Amino acid sequence: MTEIAHHIPDEILVAYAAGTLPQAHAVVVAAHISLCAECRAALAAHEAVGGALLEVEKEEAVSEDLRNRLFDMLDAPAPVEPAPPRRNGIYPGPVAALLGPDGQAPWKSLGFGVKQAILRDTSEDSLRLLYIPAGRAMPEHGHNGLEMTLVLQGSFSDEEGRFGRGDVEIGHDALEHTPVADPGPDCICLAATDARLRFKSLVPRLLQPFFRI
Amino acid sequence: MLAVRDTRDREAFACLFDHYAPRLKGFAIRGGASAAEAEDIVQDVMIKVWHRAHQFDPEQAQVSGWIYRIARNQQIDRFRKERRPEPEMLLAEEDTAPDAGQVVALEQEAAGLREALSRLKPDQREMVERAYLGELSHSEIQAETGLPLGTIKSRIRLALDKLRHELKDMRPS
Repeated sequence: MTEIAHHIPDEILVAYAAGTLPQAHAVVVAAHISLCAECRAALAAHEAVGGALLEVEKEEAVSEDLRNRLFDMLDAPAPVEPAPPRRNGIYPGPVAALLGPDGQAPWKSLGFGVKQAILRDTSEDSLRLLYIPAGRAMPEHGHNGLEMTLVLQGSFSDEEGRFGRGDVEIGHDALEHTPVADPGPDCICLAATDARLRFKSLVPRLLQPFFRI
Repeated sequence: MLAVRDTRDREAFACLFDHYAPRLKGFAIRGGASAAEAEDIVQDVMIKVWHRAHQFDPEQAQVSGWIYRIARNQQIDRFRKERRPEPEMLLAEEDTAPDAGQVVALEQEAAGLREALSRLKPDQREMVERAYLGELSHSEIQAETGLPLGTIKSRIRLALDKLRHELKDMRPS
């Protein structure tokens, strides 16, 4: 396994720790951390900051009633919690949890061998898997909001560098890029957006509502 | 915390409750909850602390950081009606005594962190609190330079050394 070179920036880790990231982006962060010891350590450090703030928080007296109620509850059996998601092939646990019961991604063809599988699509955010055959380019696009792309298989390169398994590319408003899948295994990525991608050429733009990209 | 985890010690849990419940309530009220909602949140968080005690690993986290994580998850579940996705869990090595050196080092780091936070200027301190209380978006956090990032770098290195050690045999190549 090659070393992960592109990590989650601190402000996004803090937003994840505090719970302010959209759900789609939080899945990308959780998936990356599943693959990256460095960001797992960084998240723990940010949670230590949160813990330090909790330690010095102004105390608000709690009612005796709450205390009694809670101690009465201790003997009740623990509620059954969903089992933590397990890795499935190339898919880290948090992604595997979103696949169908058969463990397969719901791939749909976009033409020229490019495929996508939409895992989540709400008015605020969307999450999809993209399958790009080696050597093929994604249409050139810019961003309206925050886009996060995590490579799960193969690699791609663009104006920002080369991205392999575990690497995350962060796209902000200003970034316009044209990712091309590198030779080798076909590239599979997980992409979170909080706004629809803007394609620059006319035809993909016409297709955009149709393909929900 | 370890007494709660290992022997289900109720008195030890009572100590944890008396220490953290009022702070958690303060946290929740500052996060916009009413006094009654805040008590519900405190109850939900503390019962999770009791039931999930077996997941607590003093080599990876301090009690306060671990409780902070549970509290944030609770607040997200409550207000978004959606579970926050969590990373795969690392399987703790069975049958190994905790590495006392690591635990002490983490405690020293935590003390250093509290010290660093207390030295921040009031406006900086407020921005840090708002960031970790979930009142700022990532772009607002990025625009702020007041995060005590310098002070957490050594904490990251410490945790990373430990993780690398634990992951050495687990990682697929």
